[in-house]
Amino acid sequence: MKDARFAKFVVGVNGAVPLAILGWDAWRHQLGANPIAYALHTTGMLALVFLMLTLCVTPARKLSGANMLSHFRRTLGLYAFFYAAVHLGIYFVFDRQARFGAVISDLALRPFIRVGMCTFLLMVPLAVTSTNGMIKRLGGLQWKKLHRLVYLVAIGAVVHYYEQVKADIRLPLIFAGVLAVLLAFRVVTEARGAMKRAFLARTARMARQSSPA
Amino acid sequence: MLIKKPEDVKSSEITDEKLYRSRRQVLRIGVLGASMAATGFVYRRFNPLPRFAGVEQRGIVITKAPPTVDLKASGFVTDEPKTPYDIITNYNNFYEFSPNKEGVAPAAANFVSEPWKVVVGGLCAKPKTFDLDDIKKVISAEERIYRMRCVEGWSMVIPWVGFSLGKLLELVQPNSAAKYVRFVTLFDTTRMPMQNTDLLPWPYQEGLRMDEAMHPLAILALGLYGKILPPQDGAPIRLVVPWKYGFKGIKSIVKIELTDKQPDNTWHAFMPDEYGFYANVNPAVDHPRWSQKTELRLGDGWRRPTPPFNGYADQVAKLYAGMDLRANY
Repeated sequence: MKDARFAKFVVGVNGAVPLAILGWDAWRHQLGANPIAYALHTTGMLALVFLMLTLCVTPARKLSGANMLSHFRRTLGLYAFFYAAVHLGIYFVFDRQARFGAVISDLALRPFIRVGMCTFLLMVPLAVTSTNGMIKRLGGLQWKKLHRLVYLVAIGAVVHYYEQVKADIRLPLIFAGVLAVLLAFRVVTEARGAMKRAFLARTARMARQSSPA
Repeated sequence: MLIKKPEDVKSSEITDEKLYRSRRQVLRIGVLGASMAATGFVYRRFNPLPRFAGVEQRGIVITKAPPTVDLKASGFVTDEPKTPYDIITNYNNFYEFSPNKEGVAPAAANFVSEPWKVVVGGLCAKPKTFDLDDIKKVISAEERIYRMRCVEGWSMVIPWVGFSLGKLLELVQPNSAAKYVRFVTLFDTTRMPMQNTDLLPWPYQEGLRMDEAMHPLAILALGLYGKILPPQDGAPIRLVVPWKYGFKGIKSIVKIELTDKQPDNTWHAFMPDEYGFYANVNPAVDHPRWSQKTELRLGDGWRRPTPPFNGYADQVAKLYAGMDLRANY
């Protein structure tokens, strides 16, 4: 048990490493000619990577049988939210000069800004209900249903990235491919589960019918 | 229960509990440190810092403007802080080399622009093919410190070295039928690698109305910061029209043609709804996909309002009197 706590701690600390390096680079004025664009790109990318890692946890656990992996899911998901929040914060403060009017006109003009904003807003209820207390309060089933929103969030994040890129769409397509595999895993396990349940129900019914009255 | 110590283990060999615990602690610190190093390595590997490529810096002869010229009133010089040389030479839109602004400088590093010829012809009395060195002998270059506003929403202040385009056009004596000037970039797929792709319709072309071309603010630049133009900034000769969006500033020019028809410019031909022929800097007319009200001044890090005609309204607004600038974007 102590080892699981330590492992969680390691993941928690490592999630902050990119932010620390980014901050250090910014402090030394190493972010190039357009530091805002660099910081926006980096934090957006980190949010996307942590989102994908979060979605990797369940397939990895089921495929490997290493149940301790599920300890990392919340930490990874919260880091995805955290980097998305920093991404949005940089956009608001530096790109929009902290003016709400400028954000609204930007939302009106740029579809990918709308997609990004919606994606972030969908992450908020997931982050808020990430505590043990909230899981209890909602009840496991409700909580699970709510957290299926993460699939919508992941799709929104990839679309936001794809629409923003002007010429070289290779990287957004790679993310789309990874996401497709992760979603396909869910569809396949879900379908297999449903088939198994249907089979068990049928055999049970048949057993009842064939038994002498 | 009595626990007997095995006879073959001397008490001196049993690890002290404290030491055992601290060993575990050391191991954990090691694991934590190694994992952080690995994370840092992966982060840096996939997200490298932009590097400023070194540029060969060769001087260029600059002639001081005669004291009769009021540099400020003419718009020839601004006293705003100049954008650092490293930024001007490492943040470029030059699709012939790379669609990535920070990738142009390394991709263009080996571009050779000597010798260079510019064909000046069309509707004129004395068409001529100039060797670049001949132009330098005939027309003296001055320093012009201009704001430059990119259509993408960023800006710089660049100390160009160049001469008014009108001076070159006068040499070939345009005739009265000439209403426009057309410019063409070098087309050479071996020297400009992206011309092998269909990223844009090649070669890059631009155009100006005759009165715009004859305006003293419109220059052909040969250098910046007192040095010859590096390849990524349009070596060896490029157009600079400071009251228009940066894409009007066609680079590595090989042909200048006087014509009676409005020339098609590359970005307009490629995306007619987004980029116009005039492309005057205008905060009142948004690009269809973003606002043009503000700009990010590179090097100082903050957005600022964009003035009409990029701050050159006093000098050039009269050229467009009575024109609908929303329709002629």
